[in-house]
Amino acid sequence: MAHAHKLEIFRGLLKFKSNTQKIWGVLIFLSIVTAIEVVLGIYKPRVLTHSYFLGMKLLNWIFIILTLVKAYYIAWDFMHLRDEKTSLRRAIVWVPVFLASYLVFILLFEADYVYTVYRDGFIKWNF
Amino acid sequence: MDTTVTTGTAKESVWGGGNQPLGASYGKMMMWFFIVSDALTFSGFLASYGFSRFKFIETWPIADEVFTHVPFFHGNYPMIYVAFMTFILIMSSVTMVLAVDAGHKMKQNAVIWYMFLTIIGGAIFLGSQAWEWATFIKGDYGAVETNGGRILQFVNAETGERAALADFAKILPSERAHHERKNGVWFYEEGYKPSFSLDEVREGFLANPNILIRTEAIVQEGEREGHKTLLTREQSLEKIKDAKLVVEGANLIRNEYGSRLFADFFFFITGFHGFHVFSGVVINVIIFFNVILGTYERRGHYEMVEKVGLYWHFVDLVWVFVFTFFYLV
Repeated sequence: MAHAHKLEIFRGLLKFKSNTQKIWGVLIFLSIVTAIEVVLGIYKPRVLTHSYFLGMKLLNWIFIILTLVKAYYIAWDFMHLRDEKTSLRRAIVWVPVFLASYLVFILLFEADYVYTVYRDGFIKWNF
Repeated sequence: MDTTVTTGTAKESVWGGGNQPLGASYGKMMMWFFIVSDALTFSGFLASYGFSRFKFIETWPIADEVFTHVPFFHGNYPMIYVAFMTFILIMSSVTMVLAVDAGHKMKQNAVIWYMFLTIIGGAIFLGSQAWEWATFIKGDYGAVETNGGRILQFVNAETGERAALADFAKILPSERAHHERKNGVWFYEEGYKPSFSLDEVREGFLANPNILIRTEAIVQEGEREGHKTLLTREQSLEKIKDAKLVVEGANLIRNEYGSRLFADFFFFITGFHGFHVFSGVVINVIIFFNVILGTYERRGHYEMVEKVGLYWHFVDLVWVFVFTFFYLV
């Protein structure tokens, strides 16, 4: 059966002998990432909750980046996008990535505007 | 898989069909079509959640204070249980991908076992989610709602802990006229009724000087930044006058945790995800029996396991995002 698996992750930093081994390796990596998220979520270090980047707390940036990292490894190794043809992989990944980022950008921008209307406008909502 | 359907050979014409420019069979392509469109649906949900949250950024409930329970344990353990659920789902994703791997090697028994473990993992996750919902719907402290639809929660000034309505509400003897079937032309069953009346909560609040009110507003600067605003006793006495309704737990109309949209989105997004997990388990069970019956052994390949595997990993992928945006951020 000509079924080639690409057996390395982290751009070749970590090589595995078999596909099964790679799966367990990815599991360990995903568990570590989740553990980091949970620990940060429980302790919420003051350094990270009180510094901002582009209007969002650093802690939240870390959470979102770690989420994307996890999503990458789930898609690449569990859904074996790593072994698919480049054209198929790009079609699958970039369509939702582009559309979702556009939607998120435009909705959050609008929501922020609505928030300022609630804050500065002459609407009484807290009574 | 070269053992599956036809692979493009040099003899075939490009327009004659039969070749696979993307190197994926028809079934797998269709699964990917579905997953991409479903991913867009979930992006829409999560983006609208973000919209509502940014709109009420200063009053949105803090997830750490809402999801604090672990089954069989008393006390305050934020995040622990959701982390456990996440781990279960990732683990079942691993057994699924091991099943796919065993399928490539045509090991029927291994596929059976890994599929079985996957189904068990899915069932544990679904049970956990049901428990999570039940806890969320039941609520734990209770609150009152003001005329403007804002939630006021109570805090014990001595301990700094949240105070449940039962801790301070005063039981007032009162007669309640029950509407009965024989008295009405149109009879509706009595709906949602909190365990204390507004008068009982209010009297209890006035009689206990160490109970303070906590509002929805998140402090924006100073020592208590990021926490909910705690009123002084004088402010609390003034604020309790606005109270209109006692709220316990959560439903689609109001909830004791804060913004109404919070519970709506919780039910909608985790519910839609839970529905995906449920259908994933059902499809897994069907494939599981097919594997036992030897269907794929006779067919010569286990591509069906691979396809249901894609769906199952997608469900895991969505949960990763739901986990971040509902529980972490």
